[in-house]
Amino acid sequence: MQNLFVNKHDADAGNTACCSSKDQGKDSVPVLQPLDLPIGVPADDDAPCCGPKPGPPSSPYDKPGYRMWHFVADFVETPVGAIPEIETNLKLRDLAGTVRTRLGISRDRYRVAPGLYSVGKPGSDSPVLVTANYKLSFDSLRQELASIDAWILVLDTHGINVWCAAGKKTFSSEEVIRQVHRVGLDRVVSHRKLILPQLGAPGVSAQAVKKGCGFKVTWGPIRARDLQKFITNGGKAETKMRQLTFSIGERIVLIPVELSLIVKPSLVILLAVFVLSGISPDIFSFSAAWFRGLNGAAAYLFGVLAGAVFVPILLPWLPMRQFYIKGILAGLVAGIFVSLSLGGNITRLESLTLLLITTAVSSYAAMNFTGATPFTSPSGVEKEMRQGIPIQIIAVSTAIIAWVAAPFVS
Amino acid sequence: MQSFRYLNNVTTLQLDVEKCIGCGMCEIVCPHTVFKVENPKARIADRDACMECGACAANCPTAAISVTPGVGCASYIIQTWIKGKDAIIECC
Repeated sequence: MQNLFVNKHDADAGNTACCSSKDQGKDSVPVLQPLDLPIGVPADDDAPCCGPKPGPPSSPYDKPGYRMWHFVADFVETPVGAIPEIETNLKLRDLAGTVRTRLGISRDRYRVAPGLYSVGKPGSDSPVLVTANYKLSFDSLRQELASIDAWILVLDTHGINVWCAAGKKTFSSEEVIRQVHRVGLDRVVSHRKLILPQLGAPGVSAQAVKKGCGFKVTWGPIRARDLQKFITNGGKAETKMRQLTFSIGERIVLIPVELSLIVKPSLVILLAVFVLSGISPDIFSFSAAWFRGLNGAAAYLFGVLAGAVFVPILLPWLPMRQFYIKGILAGLVAGIFVSLSLGGNITRLESLTLLLITTAVSSYAAMNFTGATPFTSPSGVEKEMRQGIPIQIIAVSTAIIAWVAAPFVS
Repeated sequence: MQSFRYLNNVTTLQLDVEKCIGCGMCEIVCPHTVFKVENPKARIADRDACMECGACAANCPTAAISVTPGVGCASYIIQTWIKGKDAIIECC
């Protein structure tokens, strides 16, 4: 049987580099490292033993137990070892990963390994860009670096984006210092400068980093797409590059994750709605549980729709600054729509109750969107919650009592 | 971000002008252009735009800025009400 992975001629020649022990001392430890061996390509006259010809051999940089990311184009040898050179164009599977993550699927596991990467052909004087190990952050950085030669230092932010990680202190001075030391950055570059994304500033103190590893922090622009201009300008950011935006597109992409967080509690709530709907003068009615339950569920789901979908989209156009009030307003409109749609099938009391449910749910869901915005202060959120939550609790309690009482009243 | 304004008169942001050396770091790191550095010192130009992220305070070399940083997120705050401020909280 022909060995598929060792060329026949090499085998015949009693190939020296790999398996022969002639040049190796008895005590030498075999070290796995890239070797320029003539391995791999089957000869033309090799008959395929089963199926078509085999694909290319493994990369010399492959390691047991690891799988190479598709975005690794090559490796560059540096004084600290081989550093992956990454591609700057996103592939279909990156986009698929983005969509999956935006839907909230396996979001907490969408990460790349912390450490040093390279893009383009960087040298010892090339800039070092620091980012988080959330793959969405990593992708949004590398796709903007098409014409830049740079090193990328990825921090271990536990798979969290730069801004949230800075808030949670995983994107921190200590982590920057740790990674600089861990990868041996001072042996890779001759300068002592790091470019950090501005949104990492809540977690990182430039003075602490300088003190801890000797590298000077330059605060880069908020968005990776401004990096090119920032670097060309010699590390100067225009005012616009330093200001947050929250455009309609930026708001819409957040909606699916918000909804995915609501799914689990919603299942419990919907179950409760169906059970409560069945309570009747005959103790419990399954038909009421189903038909009244559907009405209650519709009111709940429209509340979610209003608070977690319409409020984010319409955010700047809804009156008032408190999110719970924006939610009430959107919820009233949605609730009136629900009541009108169900029309003559329900009593006036039930109709008002459903309106109350939709409004309260919408108010709560809208209030929760504060966590996804880049402009709400914790002091402000706490203040509006002290007003909003009592109102929501009263509304929901009243609605539950009225909904259960309705069959007894009519 | 001028199109998005949140509640007025809530931020815990404080600037001690006495300590300020006018280095301009706060103006650089603030994502809402709260600070303006005019010779020779910083001043708070737009207090109500502050979202209390804490970037300015973390990067002020003379500790002239103080702010109570935190996560402006309702579900996080609810959990701090229930479990206490120091609890480990899963959020956002």
